[in-house]
Formats: sequence, C-alpha cells, structure tokens
Amino acid sequence: MDKNFVISVLGMFLVTYVPRFLPVFGLSRVEMPSFIKSFLEYIPVSVLSALLFPTIFLKGNHLFISYKNIFLIASIPTVLVAYKSRKLFSPVIVGIISYILISLVIN
Amino acid sequence: MIVNETKNGINGIKSSFPIVLGYLPIGFAYGILGTKSGFSILQVVALSLFVYAGSAQFIAISLLSGGTDIITLIMTIFIVNLRHFLYSTSLSQYMKRINRKHIPILSFFITDETYAVSITDLKGNNEYNEKYFYQLFFMSYTTWVISSFIGAMFGSFLNGSVNIGLDFALPAMYIALLLMQISGYRKVFISIFSGLLSISLMYILPGNINVIVSAVIGAGIGGLIDIWTKIS
Repeated sequence: MDKNFVISVLGMFLVTYVPRFLPVFGLSRVEMPSFIKSFLEYIPVSVLSALLFPTIFLKGNHLFISYKNIFLIASIPTVLVAYKSRKLFSPVIVGIISYILISLVIN
Repeated sequence: MIVNETKNGINGIKSSFPIVLGYLPIGFAYGILGTKSGFSILQVVALSLFVYAGSAQFIAISLLSGGTDIITLIMTIFIVNLRHFLYSTSLSQYMKRINRKHIPILSFFITDETYAVSITDLKGNNEYNEKYFYQLFFMSYTTWVISSFIGAMFGSFLNGSVNIGLDFALPAMYIALLLMQISGYRKVFISIFSGLLSISLMYILPGNINVIVSAVIGAGIGGLIDIWTKIS
C-alpha cells in the first residue's frame, strides 16, 4: 500500500470519526430544547430523501424523468414493498431483482 | 440460534438482522467495485475497516481511481459524512444512561442504518444499556467488513463487467430506511421537500453539499411546524 493511500484512509477516518464522536460525547449530559428535539426527529427522513432523490431522478446532473430511467422505474416496486413491510431486507432484494429485469427489458 | 433477551425485550443481535441482510449485497457490491476499479483486496477492506461508511466508500473509490487529490477527497468525504453529526447529536439523548468510557468506541459505529434501527428501538424505551449497542454495532460492522472482503475477492477473479443489479442496492436501501422512518403526513411532506431541494441545490452547490444543506433546512422546517402547531 503506498503512502498516499495510507494518508487518504487516515484522513477519511478522521473526518468521519470526529462528527460521529463529538456530539454524543459532548451533548449526552445536556437536556435539549424542544425545537432541537423536533428538528432531530426529522433528520433521518430529510437526510435519506436528500440522498435518494438525486440518485433516482437525475442522470449525469440532468433531470431524467422517463420510463427509460431504470433507477426511477425500479424504485416503484421497491417503495411499494418497503411501504408494506417497513423492513430493510425484502425491499432491497425486490429492488435489485426489479432493476435487473427492467434493465433487460429496456436495453 | 439462541438469542439472549435483555429484560426490556430489545436485543442488539436480533435488531441487527435486517442490517446484516441489507449490508451483505451492498458490501459485496462495494468490494467488487473496489477491485474492478484497480484497488487491491487489502485497500478495499482497509476502507471498510477504518472509514466504515457505505456511500462515502463508493464515492472514495470513484474519486481515488479518478486521481483526485487528497485534499479534495478528504473534504468530499467530510461533507458526505457530516450527516453523522446529526445522528450522533440525536443518539446523544439516548446515550446519557451509558457510562462515558464506552462513548469513544461506540460512536465509531454510527451509520445510516445502525442509527435508523437503534433510534426506532430506543424511542420510548427506558431499559437498555451499552450491551444493546455493542451487539447491534458489532454484528453490523463485521458483516460490512466481511462482505466487502468477499466482494473484493470475487471482483478480482471476475472478468469483464456483469450487471447483477448491484447499482441499485444503495438506492433500494435508502428507500427501505426512509419508509421505516416515515409516519404521518408531516414526515411525507418533509421527505418530498428535502428531496426536491436536494435536487435543486445540486445545480448551484459544488460536490455533495446539497445533501447536508437540504437535510438541515428540511428538518428545520419540520421542527418549526411542530413548534408552531404546538403553540396554537
């Protein structure tokens, strides 16, 4: 492993670990005001949506809303199964299988 | 398999099963991508061991193989992983009861998935201890490392490219986690709002900053709606 790679991994470790560690270490004794509590309630939903929407609606930085967008079409069965099951495993499997089938049909 | 129940009925090993099943295909996909992009098995696994953040590792592989300089790489990973700051802040409320000496170790294992699962388990629960976190975190981490190792080995034997649908593993996981979190119209609204904001901001902000900015604004609006409706 070359030196640059080791430095990169070390750097990535630090910038990932510090945001994980600091709040839980510094704030675990503090009682939060209700706005902050409420704000934090919405964080998982807002982060996941902010990550998800660009992946399924964009292609190479352009809106791609079409039946030819495999990511978008494969999301439909995935959302349905996720809504029904509210679990992690079955939607992931259904999503991957739909993605394969849809890409076979579309290409 | 015998699973010891803690007296409150939440068990970290049991709770880790969906994460384990979700990490297997994604870790595997990451491993394949890593060795297919020209990295050694050791390098691919090193990222899983020390960074332990799925989407960041995918991004790191594509940046590293594209020859991005170290500063840009680390800044990008920092921004992508800033959301852990929010998870950690949120979990801090639940880690009050845990001896502080465990915090430096436990906090390393906070991910999108371990956060989503533990927050669901702990909400309204008053009887758990550090054992729950160790069980959940250990199972998830080991699965991630091992599956990326197997993927990396597989990828180094594989010739040519094959579509095994793994491109969609990560978005599918985001969808599943999101639907696990959504309850009520407010969260549906905040989800759509943050998602659309994230798309719009992509056009004006560099890198992946759109994710953290829209997440903070989206959650902020959610918090404000809650406060306002409580007062009136």
